[in-house]
Amino acid sequence: MKKSVGPTETKYFTFAEAQGFELESGRGLGPITLAYETYGQLNSEKTNAVLVMHAFSGSAHVAGPVTADQDPAWWDFMVGPGKALDTEKYFAICINVIGGCKGSTGPSSVNPKTGKPYGLDFPLVTIGDMVRAQKALIDHLGIKKLHGVIGGSMGGMLALQWIASYPGTVECVIPIAATLKHSPQQIAFNEVGRQAIMADPAWNNGDYYGGTPPEKGLAVARMVGHITYMSNDSMEQKFSRRLKDDNTGFKFSADFEVEGYLQHRGQSFVKRFDANSYLYITKAMDYFDLSDAKWIPPEGLPGTRFLVIAFKSDWLYPSAQSQDMVRQLQMKQIDATYCEIDAAYGHDSFLIESEAAKQSHLIKHFLAKRK
Amino acid sequence: MEKQKITPAVKRLDHQAICGIVETGSKVLDLGCGNGDLLALLVERKGVKGQGVELNNDAIHACVEKGLSVFHSDIDSGLPYYPDQSFDYVILNQSLQEAKRVEGVISEALRVGKKVIIGFPNFAYLEARILMFFGGRAPIVSSLPYEWYSTPNLRFLSIKDFKSFCAAKGYKILAAHYLDAQGRVRVLPNLFAQNAVFVITK
Repeated sequence: MKKSVGPTETKYFTFAEAQGFELESGRGLGPITLAYETYGQLNSEKTNAVLVMHAFSGSAHVAGPVTADQDPAWWDFMVGPGKALDTEKYFAICINVIGGCKGSTGPSSVNPKTGKPYGLDFPLVTIGDMVRAQKALIDHLGIKKLHGVIGGSMGGMLALQWIASYPGTVECVIPIAATLKHSPQQIAFNEVGRQAIMADPAWNNGDYYGGTPPEKGLAVARMVGHITYMSNDSMEQKFSRRLKDDNTGFKFSADFEVEGYLQHRGQSFVKRFDANSYLYITKAMDYFDLSDAKWIPPEGLPGTRFLVIAFKSDWLYPSAQSQDMVRQLQMKQIDATYCEIDAAYGHDSFLIESEAAKQSHLIKHFLAKRK
Repeated sequence: MEKQKITPAVKRLDHQAICGIVETGSKVLDLGCGNGDLLALLVERKGVKGQGVELNNDAIHACVEKGLSVFHSDIDSGLPYYPDQSFDYVILNQSLQEAKRVEGVISEALRVGKKVIIGFPNFAYLEARILMFFGGRAPIVSSLPYEWYSTPNLRFLSIKDFKSFCAAKGYKILAAHYLDAQGRVRVLPNLFAQNAVFVITK
């Protein structure tokens, strides 16, 4: 068992105080606070930084024990001393996205103009806006070139957006279980989640702060999401048709283990996630579209190499989407490695230690400097 | 005492031959690159810019461990997205005999590569002929080490077969290297060579 990183404090960076930050929509936002964490030491040349991008519901707390009000670490097996992202070599940074609810400015933050939470007054943000805000912090840290950007699912989309927005600033780009654009199926699942939230009377047009949040709607949204993160095989293995011990039979309470599990997942999610952030972030993912090779400059991407990872059992972000990404890189003759890992857990495989041993191995060796 | 760094001798004769063919600094695509030994050798000795295509998951991991870029695909479908003539060499070493669409793979290889290096086991090798003729069984020799029921090989061709294929397709043979277990074969290669390495172009 490799040792974990020690306790890590969540730090905050506030900018765009005087002049608002202009968003892709044309609207302004400011001041903006970013919650972030760092692991390992930035070397004196500032060349060993790896930006870790979290997925949809993730936070800046990637690794280490939970202190204060941090969420549980979401990639502890990946980031730490001697691990794939070795904090004895690299300086890992993770920043909570804007629009989120894990310390960075989002719809639940206080609007300085009104002194109340933004709610639906919060402007729509895009994946591009999220990355541009992150760049402000990377600049503030004095880092001119990142050794890597890495992330799974939405984190992979953020990684792709980073290289699209700032070509020449990254050596290793590692999108995992990601896509250049959401398919109608992916948009559809997100829309079901959004509708579940908005159908909850407690949602109250996004104005529920200080009152009762739309917990029922948000829990249903999470339940749908959770189904899409697993595979049929992993659900069969985990639950099959087993009944709960306390099942009553012939009532609409949770009889099957899978029902109980989903309800539990939904209930625990509402305690740690804001319903409006759910709406804003899923919309940002749906708007994201780097297809048509818009993300690769005409001169290519010299000095940048890609490691694209997909999982065989991932039907939400199927490997065909990763292959499409790699083909565009091949057409532009950009250095790329692609691997479809034979993991059974579905989309969430990248977060599951037992499924992701091969992923860790690929990442560890890919990040190593080349001769 | 500090050990002197000695460059180890290249173990495989086919790798040695290919290493001799490829010019320094070439752009190389290795189709069916396996665990990346050949490509790593070409990177180290010839400073090539290399890319591999490989289907086997463990082999891909071995390639990444060696710092190689590799694309997870079979060689039958791994090529259409590379631009025309974007590589100096496309290598099909000990992988062509496992391809489903041989003609398609070679014609695609000649589209994306200026030259194509093809290495394969010679089915008409003397020992194989003897086993076939006197033993009356499908031959198992060092270059064809598999039982008939577990061989990955889908194609069984000889040096003569390959030459007549090139003639029929109008492909030019730029060089041919014939190898047995010890080294070069200079006489009657279709009888004495275990392996052949051809360099062809359109």
